[in-house]
Amino acid sequence: MTPRAIAIDWPADIHAALSAADIRQVASVPDAGHARLMTLCSADPRMRMVPLTSEQEGIGLAAGAWLGGQRSVLLMQSSGVGNCINALALIESCRFPFLTLITMRGEFGEFNPWQVPMGHAAGPSLELANVIVHRVSGAGEAGATVAGAARLAFASYRGVAVLLSQQLIGAKSFGQQR
Amino acid sequence: MTTVALDRRAVAGALLAQRGDLLVVAGLGAPAWDATAAGDHPLNFPLWGAMGSAAMVGLGLALAQPLHPVLVLTGDGEMLMGLGSLATIAVQRPPNLAIVVLDNERYGETGMQPTHTAHGVDLAAVAAACGFAASTTIRTMTEVAALGATLRDGRGPRFAQVKIAADNPPLVLPPRDGGLLKDRFRAALLGPDAALI
Repeated sequence: MTPRAIAIDWPADIHAALSAADIRQVASVPDAGHARLMTLCSADPRMRMVPLTSEQEGIGLAAGAWLGGQRSVLLMQSSGVGNCINALALIESCRFPFLTLITMRGEFGEFNPWQVPMGHAAGPSLELANVIVHRVSGAGEAGATVAGAARLAFASYRGVAVLLSQQLIGAKSFGQQR
Repeated sequence: MTTVALDRRAVAGALLAQRGDLLVVAGLGAPAWDATAAGDHPLNFPLWGAMGSAAMVGLGLALAQPLHPVLVLTGDGEMLMGLGSLATIAVQRPPNLAIVVLDNERYGETGMQPTHTAHGVDLAAVAAACGFAASTTIRTMTEVAALGATLRDGRGPRFAQVKIAADNPPLVLPPRDGGLLKDRFRAALLGPDAALI
């Protein structure tokens, strides 16, 4: 078997990292790239799924969970980063730990031009809001990167984002081949 | 019957007078000053920003601490900015969470400009339509007292829109340092070892 034929189940690796970090509340606005991870979290009896109407709700939820002694994660797409910016004041002002996993749109191989502006701005916007940004481009890095991001967030009381690149999750094609 | 809009400090005072183990999240602006006027307390978490987030902080806290009653005390402008969170909370159905909106139909911190509730937007109806277990509009102190008696009954999520007078009572400010507010809350709730987690 060639190395290329060994499929790395990176959503399972991320779920294992979240479980090891004792994540108990999983806030989400769905994205195709997060679908398998959300299924795994939904099936985990120690994780409470909290679907949101808008990504900024996940910032407040993370703060409240930590006040109550629980750890949370926010799963979202890069377009949701823009909805979070003002709420992120809560994270920095109070030194709340905050972990978010962001599936990228609007970059490598993007078909929909309307995704490009926020995809392009997601990482820099988070950094301007004093969130530490990690990026995952290869399936083999996903689990360890999320584990490290979780430790950084919850041990150091910081906001940490992991960007899951389109090289990893695949670009949505809308049935177009060119 | 003529109704007189309620005094916001009297409403907050009545809800917090026998607070016991009540965990309180106060939305930014006047509701945070009202909660503080009733007595600064380590189990108050007043927001100084992140407008629209108060109800969701309450949800995260209520899910993490299902045996504690949680009260979110916020304003109509703050609630309108987080309207979607009412749908999110209703779906989660936390039985220990109550959201009380002190509704003066104004943005009090910015010059008393009218909010949408001044034009008839009915927040209690929104909460009911989302699926809150109970939702009510309150115009008398008798009703406030009855609401206060339900905060620990575990039959939420509850929503109450309390119509209050559009005035500006004297500022009573809580601490502004968010790290202090967070750490003293966690120490009071989780014990002194919370800082070591």
